[in-house]
Amino acid sequence: MSITLDEAKKIAHLARLEFEEKELTPLTEELSKILNYFKELQDLDTSEVKATFHPIRKNTPFREDEVKVFENIEGILKNSPSLKDTSIVVPKVVKVP
Amino acid sequence: MNLDDLTIKRALTLLSKGEITSKDLTLACLDRIKRFDPEVKAFLYVNEEWALAQAEASDKRRKDKKERSLEGIPLSIKDNILIRDHPTTCASRILANYIAPYDATVIERLKEAGAVFLGKTNMDEFAMGSSTENSAFFPTKNPWDLERVPGGSSGGSAVAVALRMGLGSLGSDTGGSIRQPAAFCGVVGMKPTYGLVSRYGLVAFASSLDQIGPFGLNVEDTAILLQIIAGEDHKDSTSCPIKNLDFVNFLEQNSQRSFRVGLPKEYFTGDLHPEVQRALEKCIDILKKKHTLKEISLPHTKYAIATYYIIAPAEASSNLARYDGVKYGFRAECKNLIELYKKSRSQGFGKEVKRRIMLGTYALSAGYYDAYYLKASKVRTLIKQDFEEAFKEVDLILAPTTPTPPFKLGEKISDPLQMYLSDIFTIPVNLAGLPCISLPVGLTEDSLPIGAQIIGPAFKDDLVLASAYSLEKELSLKLLPSILINQS
Repeated sequence: MSITLDEAKKIAHLARLEFEEKELTPLTEELSKILNYFKELQDLDTSEVKATFHPIRKNTPFREDEVKVFENIEGILKNSPSLKDTSIVVPKVVKVP
Repeated sequence: MNLDDLTIKRALTLLSKGEITSKDLTLACLDRIKRFDPEVKAFLYVNEEWALAQAEASDKRRKDKKERSLEGIPLSIKDNILIRDHPTTCASRILANYIAPYDATVIERLKEAGAVFLGKTNMDEFAMGSSTENSAFFPTKNPWDLERVPGGSSGGSAVAVALRMGLGSLGSDTGGSIRQPAAFCGVVGMKPTYGLVSRYGLVAFASSLDQIGPFGLNVEDTAILLQIIAGEDHKDSTSCPIKNLDFVNFLEQNSQRSFRVGLPKEYFTGDLHPEVQRALEKCIDILKKKHTLKEISLPHTKYAIATYYIIAPAEASSNLARYDGVKYGFRAECKNLIELYKKSRSQGFGKEVKRRIMLGTYALSAGYYDAYYLKASKVRTLIKQDFEEAFKEVDLILAPTTPTPPFKLGEKISDPLQMYLSDIFTIPVNLAGLPCISLPVGLTEDSLPIGAQIIGPAFKDDLVLASAYSLEKELSLKLLPSILINQS
């Protein structure tokens, strides 16, 4: 199992990452080597095995749907890279028709 | 004040007798940081003024007879656990300027117990690594040999405790990130049962594997810290209600108990470093006197690395999607929204983090999900079942924490697969969610620490601690990192 340069470019786009060509070639090789190592899992017959997504089984606990006030709103807003009053500024996302 | 063998327990006695104050203790720890941290670089953030203000407030509470269970004890905290109004960087450029707007639940509990925070410790970026070399800022060095790694990802916390730059620390363990650095630095570190400690306020890496846990100079100190931070929390739906939380008394009451201890043959193979093998054999000889030892098999152990390095990056790729340059963290110069995401993430994340995001995104992408993520999640069941079967025959399992003593800086950093393989003994426990403690069990001929781990069934954290406490007493090692010996 190895991945091609084109596949790596597609995955990078899905992950919203970008790489220069000179970074992407060695990265693709490393990923192929790692994916190749994963091949050993295919030796195991897991057709009758249930998947574990959570190590300790527990039902989702329910609680009352009550609004709780978080008092340090200022502390959250202060972390934003660009702020205007209480709004976070981002590049324009809607196209003018 | 001699901090070398000052435990939390002893310090609490001295504080309550009025022989020392929290300010004395905090100043002594800060002095240690000034002397040794320029060499080992365990801290990303130290705030002297803040630490002393906390210590003075603690001394006042003690004077007013309002002291709590950890009153005045200075600690360090791994830099992926939030302390309100102080930086949390995860050793990443993407969070370089982040100031935590709230306390993690573990911090809230430590504050309520009277702890004093000295600062935040270095780590592999987003806890991804086994050597602390993946920190975006600088690598941390092993105090037993400055040319070697302290382990990771919680390398800074392990070094801080080993050099008494604080009497204890908290780290996080996703695939061995507490136990492996504890073993490499000659201190005790514990990964509790998944769900014993709230993850609220821990920056998420792989949510089904992450668990916060304590570092201490010995088992008792580790138990003292765990007792404070453990317990159900409504802010973390995966945290569980616990019956016995009196770990400290349990240690003493159960230190004479005899256990059935399993020795997994898959961990004691010819690949084990001979000095690690020798140290473990010594433990086995000691344990034989009191306990019943039995060879057991955990047949799917060899699949653990592949399973982990599919599941953890898959969960990470999803968890780290939140770093988009919009609400917080680093934002790159950009012309439009897609560029904002791509440039902020590409410039903000380090090499290993990007490698794992790529791996995880691939494993979850259409056409590959069944072959990778689903397959790994099924093998995870088999690994978990191995332990369940073993615990029908034994109470606890003893194993080496790492296959080798600490390796050299730079030795594995350019070969990610080699670095991943060094986690072989610590990873299975995270996949199964079990409690596990690593304690020092000897030194190599070159004076490098060797650790062993004791694994227990889920929520038998108390048994794990009690057996480690008894083994530690029998071994009665006196461990002092060479950097401290050379100073005195």
